Amino acid sequence: MALDFSQIIPALPGLTDGMLLTLKLLVFAVSGGVVLGTLLALARLSDNALLSRLAKWYVNYFRSIPLLLVISWFYLVVPMVLNWITGDLTPVGAFTSCLVAFVMFEAAYFSEIVRAGIQSISRGQINAAYALGMSYGQAMRLVILPQAFRKMMPLLLQQSIILFQDTSLVYAVGLMDFLNTARSKGDIVGLPHEFLLFAGAVYFVISFGASQWVKRLQKRFAV
Amino acid sequence: MNYHWDWGIFFKSTGVGSEIYLNWFVSGLGWTIAVALAGWIIALALGSVLGVMRTLPGKLLPAVATTYVELFRNVPLLVQLFIWYFLVPDLLPTPLEMWFKQGISPAASAYLSVVVCLGLFTAARVCEQVRTGIQALPRGQNNAALAMGFTTAQTYRFVLLPQAFRVIIPPLTSEFLNIFKNSSVASLIGLMELLAQTKQTAEFSANIFEAFTLATLIYFVLNMSLMGFMAWVEKRVRIPGMMGGNK
Repeated sequence: MALDFSQIIPALPGLTDGMLLTLKLLVFAVSGGVVLGTLLALARLSDNALLSRLAKWYVNYFRSIPLLLVISWFYLVVPMVLNWITGDLTPVGAFTSCLVAFVMFEAAYFSEIVRAGIQSISRGQINAAYALGMSYGQAMRLVILPQAFRKMMPLLLQQSIILFQDTSLVYAVGLMDFLNTARSKGDIVGLPHEFLLFAGAVYFVISFGASQWVKRLQKRFAV
Repeated sequence: MNYHWDWGIFFKSTGVGSEIYLNWFVSGLGWTIAVALAGWIIALALGSVLGVMRTLPGKLLPAVATTYVELFRNVPLLVQLFIWYFLVPDLLPTPLEMWFKQGISPAASAYLSVVVCLGLFTAARVCEQVRTGIQALPRGQNNAALAMGFTTAQTYRFVLLPQAFRVIIPPLTSEFLNIFKNSSVASLIGLMELLAQTKQTAEFSANIFEAFTLATLIYFVLNMSLMGFMAWVEKRVRIPGMMGGNK
């Protein structure tokens, strides 16, 4: 089997659009996931037993089912629920469905990282904040979380690299992300193997480069 | 909105043969388990070999194992699956290629691809756990074994690995659970495992909620049972006197 990579060059603009969609999904999903994950971690660590238990259930629930199942749920269910609420048929589109699915799913994983980060901060920090007259919210926002995030930055970035690879699962709902664009372009010009290998190589270079960078960062951040 | 709730849907006829929808779920779960277990055997065997290679003295073997890990960890699972299912068969010698494409059923060729894919993908992760487990042992264990006149192979066989495998049971458990969850990608190449059967039920019956709720429940219960099983294994094999030995 002879490989012919020459057809990739004319397809580059289309592939770039696919990569932009992948990155857009990644950035929104990481931001949403970290925010929701932090809220979950705070709930998990709160003194309120009910809140803590709810957060624990949420995390256990999402960690025990496949991401692909979550994507299918939201692809089929989110439009239906919106339909019930608003009464009319508002198409939400595959992108929104996938984004919601990624945020909800990844929040469970991010929350475990954030929880470990918060727990690694010494108790004296929060006591000192209280002694200075800060409220719980102020102590968390100004003292605990900034330190915790610095500590867990490498882990959050590593999880984001995994998320970057997982975005390719939007193939299941036909969203034209990088992988799906490469697949369809390859099929059109009759060179599916070349386009598939190219897509794999691009994913590899980005993920590998990013994880090497995170490793360097980890060494620099190490106390 | 006129969604027609019907929790009894699973006992109704699918209209295909004499099957009820529940049959589809049972068959789907069977495929999911078959994929995950076969993949896990490959992952555990290959991952252990690679993990040992990464800790061996010398340059070549650790480098080979490291390259393997980086390669398989930095390419998305779905890309790997497409490579195994669409590309690799074309690289095979013609008789083997014909066998894969025509000699066996489509379900069998999808099954083979996804088992190889998940096995090799998970092996990279198992390798890292095995390596960590070996490196976490006190250096004295290795030195003492060598001082006793053990060869390198004997040191691994009798001293390092029996301890390392016990230490890494918790992280291995999470990889074991992941392979079950990851097996759902098989639905994207047409293998009728649990997720694919769920989608088919949703399409045939229009009872989307019920179908996906049952699937979620099955995955959840499967996950919990496997976790319970691994906790039991961990308890059975733990070494008294070691960290975590007496909880």
